[in-house]
Amino acid sequence: MKILVGVKRVVDYAVKIRVKPDRSGVVTEGVQHSMNPFDEIALEEAVKLKEKKLATEVVAFSLGGPKSAEVLRTALAKGADKAVHVQVTDAEAGKLESFHVAKALQKIVEQEKFDAVFLGKQAIDDDSSQTAPILAGLLEWPQALYASKVEDAGAGHMKVTREIDGGLDTIKVKVPFVLSADLRLNEPRYATLPNIMKAKKKPLKNIPIKDLNVDITPQTETLEVTEPPVRQAGGFVDDVSALVAKLKEKGFVKA
Amino acid sequence: NSTLVVAEHDETKLAPITLNAITAASKLGNEVSVLVTGANATKVAEQVAKVNGVKRVLVAQDEKLKNNLPERVAPVILASQKQFNFTAITAGSSAFGRGVIPRVAAKLDVSSISDVTEVHSADSFTRTLYAGNAVKKVKSTAPIKLLTFRGTSFEPAKEGGSGAVENAPSADIKTDLSEFLGQELSKSERPDLATAKVVVSGGRGLKSGDNFKLIYDLADKLGAGVGASRAAVDAGYVPNDMQVGQTGKIVAPELYIAIGISGAIQHLAGMKDSKVIVAINKDPDAPIFQVADIGLKADLFKAVPELTAALP
Repeated sequence: MKILVGVKRVVDYAVKIRVKPDRSGVVTEGVQHSMNPFDEIALEEAVKLKEKKLATEVVAFSLGGPKSAEVLRTALAKGADKAVHVQVTDAEAGKLESFHVAKALQKIVEQEKFDAVFLGKQAIDDDSSQTAPILAGLLEWPQALYASKVEDAGAGHMKVTREIDGGLDTIKVKVPFVLSADLRLNEPRYATLPNIMKAKKKPLKNIPIKDLNVDITPQTETLEVTEPPVRQAGGFVDDVSALVAKLKEKGFVKA
Repeated sequence: NSTLVVAEHDETKLAPITLNAITAASKLGNEVSVLVTGANATKVAEQVAKVNGVKRVLVAQDEKLKNNLPERVAPVILASQKQFNFTAITAGSSAFGRGVIPRVAAKLDVSSISDVTEVHSADSFTRTLYAGNAVKKVKSTAPIKLLTFRGTSFEPAKEGGSGAVENAPSADIKTDLSEFLGQELSKSERPDLATAKVVVSGGRGLKSGDNFKLIYDLADKLGAGVGASRAAVDAGYVPNDMQVGQTGKIVAPELYIAIGISGAIQHLAGMKDSKVIVAINKDPDAPIFQVADIGLKADLFKAVPELTAALP
């Protein structure tokens, strides 16, 4: 099984987000970036499957501006064999929709004949959670979203446990398939220094988006990006009886 | 011109989030049709027909649609789209809706928009980014709007409709791609976390899974759903489906009581739209107090039993 793993360069999860004063977006210049944490989990699962001999090759994919190469190098250091960077300008990258990312993934899958695509369940910047099901639709492959466990089911099938709203469900999907990784699928490894050094020698292919014939015309225009309304702290009460009195006052407890 | 809402249900009851989605869909300005797919779709369709604002209910009842796998539901939606030319195809933003709507969008070659929190017009919407730390208003130029709606952002549609029920056009449903093997739903007599009017959540301050009994006892007095912080889930106190936060569930109840939760950004992202927030924590500098309407600095092991006892 040849696995393609999508990795996105996003603002690091620990960074406090600031909205630009002109309301055009979020400040990303001069801010720490890293690999989308859910993509790290997707990558880890693919590498694990390779270690278990269930996968033969793991290729990391990123669609983005020049700096996306950084997360691809990280992916190589964490066990990907090769990397593909589908290149756009930073300006174009800011306008990409899940739809475009899925289309670029589709082209790479068709050119290089992958058996599975692993993605994070969502990117922590746009929180869209759409690329995996769009890609599955484009390829007409089954989709195993929000995966928390992946097992070989034999005869070209995989068994996937998924985190759904009220608990878990288990499905069997036919290979080839698209998977999106949830938080509990695994704990991603750290890249060790020797592996970071080795990663520098692994192949990283650059493909300008126009070479893939993917139309990245936006279908969603940003009108404005604003800060969420700020909550005002209401202050402290002295003890439990004062708390109960407040709850009564607000009608949550019968007086 | 009509908007389609794809219904979610468990073969007997309509999922509450579909009622929220119907409200959101009606804000798009066109009449609302609802598609019910499943092995026992007819029964659910009768419930849907009584929902206020629903003009037409399409039913696709087929054993192959049991458990509503997205690979099988998508062709039914596409067949319905072919016949009715909906201007929008929508669902609640649940694991089901987020799975099926983008899949259909791909087949229609349009860009879908997920987790919409506000509908301004037929083509402009608001959604959040960065776990709710930024709010984005967008205009969609897609020829058909494919949307999922965040349940907590829209009131549930009420009863009082009399929609016409008819069969959905037949579709070629392939069954070889995926198969449903089973599910383990958390059994609970308590209200569902995502739709409960009151939610009581516990964090790492509880120190163990056994101590969550304090949370359950309080919740039962208030008729509340029970949630947890990611720290409590990661520590193994409670299962993951109780997690409230950026990586868990987003809730917006009338009353949210956070107990032994410090208030990491990741948790706040999941509950800060609650109408009234109460926080009980022994650390007065815990960030949770910055968003709490009522704060109580106290040892939860003393304060929570006292509170439970004080409630009628």
